[in-house]
Amino acid sequence: MTDWSQAVSQFRSDAKTTATVSGNRGLQIEEPLLFEQNAPGRTGVDLPEPPAVRSRLGGITREGPIGLPGLAEPQVVRHYTRLSQKNYAIDTGLYPLGSCTMKHNPRLNERLARLAGFADVHPLQPISTVQGALELMDTLAHWLKTLTGMPAVALSPGAGAHGELCGIMCIRAALEARGEKRTRVLVPESAHGTNPATAAACGFAVDSIPATEAGRVDLAALRAKLGPDVAALMLTNPNTCGLFEREIREIADAVHGVGAFFYCDGANFNAIVGRVRPADLGIDAMHINLHKTFSTPHGGGGPGSGPVVLAESLAAFAPIPWVVHGAKGLELVERAQGSARGSIGRLKGNHGQMGMFVRALAFMMSHGSDGLRQVAEDAVLNANYLLARLKDELTPAFPGTCMHEVLFDDHFLKDTGVSTLDFAKAMIDEGYHPMTMYFPLVVHGALLMEPTESESRGSLDAFIAVVRALAKRAKSGDAESFHAAPRFAPRRRLDETLAARKPVLRWQPPRSDRQAAD
Amino acid sequence: MRYLPLTTADRQAMLAAIGVSSIDALFADVPEAARLDGFVDLPRAQGELEVERALGAMAAKNLVAGAVPSFIGAGVYRHHVPASVDHLIQRGEFLTSYTPYQPEVAQGTLQMLFEFQTQIALLTGMEVANASMYDGASACAEAVMMANRVTQRKKAILSGGLHPHYREATRTHARFVGFQAKLAEPDPEAREDLASEIDGATSCVVVQSPGVFGQVRDYSALAEACHKAGALLIVVVNEAVSLGAVRSPGAMGADIVAGEGQSLGNALNFGGPHLGLFATRERYVRQMPGRLVGETLDAEGRRGWVLTLSTREQHIRREKATSNICTNSGLCALAASIHLALLGEAGFTRLAALNHAKAVALADRLAAVPGVSLVNDTFFNEFTLRLPKPAAGVVERLARKKILAGVPASRLYPGKPALKNLLLVAATETTTETDMAAFATALAQVLA
Repeated sequence: MTDWSQAVSQFRSDAKTTATVSGNRGLQIEEPLLFEQNAPGRTGVDLPEPPAVRSRLGGITREGPIGLPGLAEPQVVRHYTRLSQKNYAIDTGLYPLGSCTMKHNPRLNERLARLAGFADVHPLQPISTVQGALELMDTLAHWLKTLTGMPAVALSPGAGAHGELCGIMCIRAALEARGEKRTRVLVPESAHGTNPATAAACGFAVDSIPATEAGRVDLAALRAKLGPDVAALMLTNPNTCGLFEREIREIADAVHGVGAFFYCDGANFNAIVGRVRPADLGIDAMHINLHKTFSTPHGGGGPGSGPVVLAESLAAFAPIPWVVHGAKGLELVERAQGSARGSIGRLKGNHGQMGMFVRALAFMMSHGSDGLRQVAEDAVLNANYLLARLKDELTPAFPGTCMHEVLFDDHFLKDTGVSTLDFAKAMIDEGYHPMTMYFPLVVHGALLMEPTESESRGSLDAFIAVVRALAKRAKSGDAESFHAAPRFAPRRRLDETLAARKPVLRWQPPRSDRQAAD
Repeated sequence: MRYLPLTTADRQAMLAAIGVSSIDALFADVPEAARLDGFVDLPRAQGELEVERALGAMAAKNLVAGAVPSFIGAGVYRHHVPASVDHLIQRGEFLTSYTPYQPEVAQGTLQMLFEFQTQIALLTGMEVANASMYDGASACAEAVMMANRVTQRKKAILSGGLHPHYREATRTHARFVGFQAKLAEPDPEAREDLASEIDGATSCVVVQSPGVFGQVRDYSALAEACHKAGALLIVVVNEAVSLGAVRSPGAMGADIVAGEGQSLGNALNFGGPHLGLFATRERYVRQMPGRLVGETLDAEGRRGWVLTLSTREQHIRREKATSNICTNSGLCALAASIHLALLGEAGFTRLAALNHAKAVALADRLAAVPGVSLVNDTFFNEFTLRLPKPAAGVVERLARKKILAGVPASRLYPGKPALKNLLLVAATETTTETDMAAFATALAQVLA
């Protein structure tokens, strides 16, 4: 930790020169918590006085104040506007977070999701009054099925990881229907953490598959692990190293050869949409993160949406509700019986992330079959352009070209005293969100960059110039400036150890106030 | 294509810089048999105007709840959302940012979530709340799995007053995760006594406050019975506004609160996205699912926030994580937090009182319709009516008269003919005198 304390003393001396009376720095304004702006009785919503009625709460009423702060509307608007200004966003700049796919979020999609005919419709209205909503779901399903070549899709999962849960549950149900109890799920070392977490949640033992020198699944090692007790392989393709699994059809054959299912993590479908149909790769189930490939906004951590496309062998197990064509138009199957008797049941409330369905369908229809293919091509082109222009200064993790994201390891930082973390934090000072760091785990000090199709060549060139210059600076022995980074963000490095050691997970009134209240 | 900045000249120059002759070379790893030569069989690109027309036409086929008298609730409630909520959540810095993995450039989202966690802890009467889940039903299933971890037991007892979607989602998880979910019979009159069902294998009892049929109950004694047997009490709240009037789960002795926060700041959205709430006692925090934001200091000693206790989570712990959840409902949490900030203590408690008053007026009015009786002896803003004939047909006929009359119990309990005459009816601050009069009149006509 010597480096750290040196860096801190460096900050402190910097801080003197940049100190202001208010603590604000130009447009970066310090904003207290809502709770620190409280005036009792104040409100930002004018509601009528409730008429006096005989309470029907049965005396089971709240005792004492809740403790919510009182603010007027101007204060609230300013509070959240100031908070927003402390965030990096795809609207403010290139967001090269590999595996996360931060692409432009068209505002048309926001407008359409807010149409009263979608946003102000209750999920439990009579089916006769929601035919347009069901038509939208059915149309989205058609696009997803056509783009993937799969015969069925479960729309309800709430995000990608929820889709994984859905897929693995369907696989287990299918195995049970065959009278089989298999116990293992195979997951490559480079997988997203959600894959092993999902398999374990569904009661499977997780068995790790090593990668080859070329960053792909080791087919021989996979074959050696396959057996009659294997339920499924969970594989991301293109994988998290940004590489297409060349032997994917051999992998699929091997998996099917022992009677297991092939689950694909579709987080990287954006690399191949319109050019490759997962069905043609031998995949049995795949979730699609609508917030990645089809650009529903990520919102600082959701909401997402994770529809799962399913092969014929799994379709009967899809969770309810199902949208089906009936005699009187579109219908919702909300009960696991009749044609849906094989369904795994319900995974969440209601019918799925409708607001995200509207946005995703608008994105698909805007691009069309031609534009979506171009999306994949431009995403792959942009990533390879980064690779080509950075490969002599940084160290690519694997030889050859990449798909939609490019992976570097930290060899280029060897003996510089600069870590991947330091490098990422220096990116912040240059006005960029850092790339994904230390993931995937198969590469030392990983830096994973995904520019997406949304970036212009000019934007990439500017980014490339910064990354190259920083790499040069690191190699020149100027480690100190990296350790001190970031210097120009709303906060400098935050002490995550302190946060975890003594968790403060909510605001509390100052001790003196609490004692006074007692 | 309006969303793609690369020009044909750019693409050519970039391919040259890469050193390949065509884009196809970059897809060379794709097996030959899986390469699509042409476009998939879907329509080609369209302009904004065309897409807006096509989706606008679909939207126009739905009956908009706000355009007619609407009394549908059952876990999803139509409240007035202040204009500034939707304006603020559309600020690009909130809307188009990722999960706050890089705290120095995500303090806006992190501070907001810290405030949200505090607000939810206060409302539920619990010590800590997380940064959100997908929705109430999935949060309920996660709460049961957490109780199983805490108690090292595998049997959950689910109340007959718990929303059927929550029961079904939990039952689905039970089958595949490997625990027992014992479902009590639907309980419109809130007569069940679950304390007698608890045994040494019980990990938790799950109740809903107010119940799906609207009943308000005090679960303090049930909490005691749970604790005596080493089990946890999980209280589900799916009308968050009720927390401004009804005794909080924390005050009743709940160990975990799983809930739905859609009522705060979020639209009906035909069922999603909504906002899963999750709160518990401090001693169980390391068994919680989902993201948590904690306070800390930066290198200059200034207060700031980070994602914390990540060693519970899938991206660190992989197969040993407490849950597989990753993306949650961040923007919905922001909407809820802004709505609560605007309301404040005074506004929130008044909103709750207003909802209750409207529901009382509506219940009295509808119970006076010949043949109709009120099932509930207690309720907050939703109650159950017993009709003289099956409710589904009545609701369908009222829908033709442009009144959304509520949820027939048969929609939620298709396999329970004994409940087919029951109708769940909700009122909120958006319900007007005129709406109530129209409903009462039309109901009397349809039943006559």
